[in-house]
Amino acid sequence: MADTQRDDAFVEFERVQKSYDGEILVVKDLNLALPKGEFLTMLGPSGSGKTTCLMMLAGFETATHGDIRLNGESINNIPPHKRGIGMVFQNYALFPHMTIAENLSFPLEVRKISKSDREAKVKRALDMVEMGDFGGRRPAQLSGGQQQRVALARALVFEPELVLMDEPLGALDKQLREKMQFEITDLAHNLGITTVYVTHDQTEALTMSDRVAVFDDGRIQQLAPPDELYEQPQNSFVAQFIGENNTLVGVVTKIKGDTCEVKLDSGEIIDAKPVNVGAVGDRTTVSIRPERVEIDPELGPDAHTLSAEVLEFIYMGDTFRTRLRVAGNSDFIVKTRNRADQRRYARGDTVKIGWLPQDCRALDA
Amino acid sequence: MLAADGTPLKASLGRALRRQKIRALALIAPLLLFVLLTFVVPIVSMLFRSVENQIVSGTLPGTVVALESWDAESGNIPSEDVFQNLFFDMFNAAEAKEHTKLGTRLNYENTGLASMFRTSGRSLDDVGEVFQDAIEDVDDQFEDGAFWFAMMNGAGGEDLLRERRERWVDLTGDDMRGDVGFVPSAEIVELLPTTAAAYTDWAIWTVIEDEEVVAEEDPWEAVYAALVVDLENPATGTAIAAYEGEGAQALQAIAAAEMPKADFTAAFADLDEDWVKTDVWTTIEVYSSAYTTGYFLNSVDRELTPDGVDLRPDNERLYIKLFGRTMWMSMIITLSCIILGYPVAWLLANLPMKSANVLMILVLLPFWTSLLVRTSAWKVLLQQQGVINELLVWLGFVDDANRLILMNNSTGTIIAMTHILLPFMILPLYSVMKTINPTYLRAAKSLGATNVTAFRRVYFPQSVPGIGAGSILVFILAIGYYITPEIVGGTDGVFISNRIAYHISRSLNWGLAAALGTILLVLVLALYWVYDQIVGIDNVKLG
Repeated sequence: MADTQRDDAFVEFERVQKSYDGEILVVKDLNLALPKGEFLTMLGPSGSGKTTCLMMLAGFETATHGDIRLNGESINNIPPHKRGIGMVFQNYALFPHMTIAENLSFPLEVRKISKSDREAKVKRALDMVEMGDFGGRRPAQLSGGQQQRVALARALVFEPELVLMDEPLGALDKQLREKMQFEITDLAHNLGITTVYVTHDQTEALTMSDRVAVFDDGRIQQLAPPDELYEQPQNSFVAQFIGENNTLVGVVTKIKGDTCEVKLDSGEIIDAKPVNVGAVGDRTTVSIRPERVEIDPELGPDAHTLSAEVLEFIYMGDTFRTRLRVAGNSDFIVKTRNRADQRRYARGDTVKIGWLPQDCRALDA
Repeated sequence: MLAADGTPLKASLGRALRRQKIRALALIAPLLLFVLLTFVVPIVSMLFRSVENQIVSGTLPGTVVALESWDAESGNIPSEDVFQNLFFDMFNAAEAKEHTKLGTRLNYENTGLASMFRTSGRSLDDVGEVFQDAIEDVDDQFEDGAFWFAMMNGAGGEDLLRERRERWVDLTGDDMRGDVGFVPSAEIVELLPTTAAAYTDWAIWTVIEDEEVVAEEDPWEAVYAALVVDLENPATGTAIAAYEGEGAQALQAIAAAEMPKADFTAAFADLDEDWVKTDVWTTIEVYSSAYTTGYFLNSVDRELTPDGVDLRPDNERLYIKLFGRTMWMSMIITLSCIILGYPVAWLLANLPMKSANVLMILVLLPFWTSLLVRTSAWKVLLQQQGVINELLVWLGFVDDANRLILMNNSTGTIIAMTHILLPFMILPLYSVMKTINPTYLRAAKSLGATNVTAFRRVYFPQSVPGIGAGSILVFILAIGYYITPEIVGGTDGVFISNRIAYHISRSLNWGLAAALGTILLVLVLALYWVYDQIVGIDNVKLG
């Protein structure tokens, strides 16, 4: 699935497994390679194994099986402090008894860098995150966003080639989070650092990453750039987890090249694009994005139409959200743009909905 | 600022909050009262006791006043006036059985005074009897209590009555209230001042303490002695001749007769020759003020002499050494507790819940066992034929002839007290460590620090408040510990508190015990202050 062995791999997981108790595998057969300079996000629900992967990379957990390589060398037996990997923690982990400058100076001191060099580097790192005036303060005197910047500067001050971030924006409010998302990606690209970023926030993953690895059940479900992930989910978990998604369940009745016929449980027959289906007769989950569905469609002859009953019509400002009952599914959402001529529906209206077959992806059940 | 109804906002707010405040106060009132009664009051009374010294001026009020004119430097013994006052003061004190207390008190400062006061008090009756016999020989009316009463009773002597009653109050500590049924006659007070005073003393005692009637009882010997003292005054002789009141004839007969000379100096010299030595009087004079620094000086191995403060003789110096030992050993105990407790607290804070709970029970286990039992258990372990020595001998580490002496010395105290106070170190350490997020260590390591550096630079500084809290707790507990040093400490391992306990329950020198306790309290407060300056009390966390 996510087996992407590359020659230019900077960080590589090969057949990595991890178990804490010897009974349950938290990470099952992880294969992952990322080239230098890539911003990779590990996305997944809690308990999916993404943080464990990050901790194995950082050296705080050891892999039960398999090999983790950094720059071509196995780092399985290298203790964390010798790996030279910068890390930003969820709660920043700024040392409360040291000033900001001392916090930044710490990794340089343990590397026995001279005092004048240290001061120059600390200053540069603080300036980089626009915190130049805060060197003398204590972490407790800073706001969450400022602490976040300092944590970032501390992870970068010793110029690591790889930086790991463990849900670093989780504690910030929405506005600040969006601002920091931009700053972090900007910084990472400007410095050319390879970044592994862990989050459970899909928006964050989509906006920041070069590639996203979606984790579930200890496996990477899909590893792809954000647009591909959203538009071409490989399985129903990814389709469901990334963005909003409408699902209809049924049985594959016919496969014909890049289309297949699905008989829904409610009896209707629709065409879909077979992405992750086996043979005729298999059960499948059909996935359609809400914005790809049209009400009273003018899609042409290829388009599918089904009749639906309006359950709710919600005004969202720029869009309308219409909740429909379609083929027995009463959670079918359609998003339409707020155009001047957009008809506003009322509860109980019966409408026709339709979509293009290629937008309707038949995935695993 | 004004509230809506025009009253000042502050007043309005105060009224609104008053109910809450009263309720809050009512909630803590029982505890407050309890603490006040069982903690604050005893401490204040202890502080007071350490300087209080009213016993000398209370027991010998006249003597102390008369002694003011005596110059200790002169090398002479005090004048007859002092001995005369001493006689009357001592007579009253002996009747009230207070003289031995004074003897005990002065014995702290000058050994031998206790027995001197005791024996002298016993023989004062004999001194007075000489005068009684002589007077009664001249006129047997003086054998009759009613005659005395008729002569002495009258009006106008209320001041004297009040004054003498206050003396009794000072002497006995009782309130001495009640109707005496007697008022000295103003005429007699003027004519025979000493006699009036002595008779009034007797009258008050007879009525209030003995619950008799003045007119029906014979006065005690001191009154006769007082009469002789008065008659020796030449002015009194002339005044008696002009006296026309009750008993005038009898008095005039006595005045005309030959009386034994009232020489109290000689009388006391007969009782105990030490009375005519200056050092006794020096002691009495030095400790005659109502408040004294004597107990405190004693607590630091010094004593008050007429020349000022001086070191006590070598063989009486004890307390400085004891204070030093108490502080030093408490420090060692605190340090041992840190060394032993830190890793345990770390484990407690970092183990998974389940194992941590078991460990916590083990830490708390000593709290559920009686202190006395634990200390006695150490006795079993530490003695020369005890478990530890037997084991070491059996293992061959120690020769049978050279068993380790682990008990009845400071080693025993340190071992047992470290064990007993360990939980007081572990618990604050644990609660502080519990709040140190383990990601700090991870962060340090990810930044390139080795385990040791990460601990030293990142973990340890954050655990210092716990060490501080634990150290204060253990040190303060240790410095005042009593039971364990008493049982396993022998003579080399006892603390100052053992000495305090000795003075409280054995030597009964409560003033000294109070002074020692006060010094201990001040030491603790001073250390607390030093600690606050160095570490900052805000940095002390108990959780």
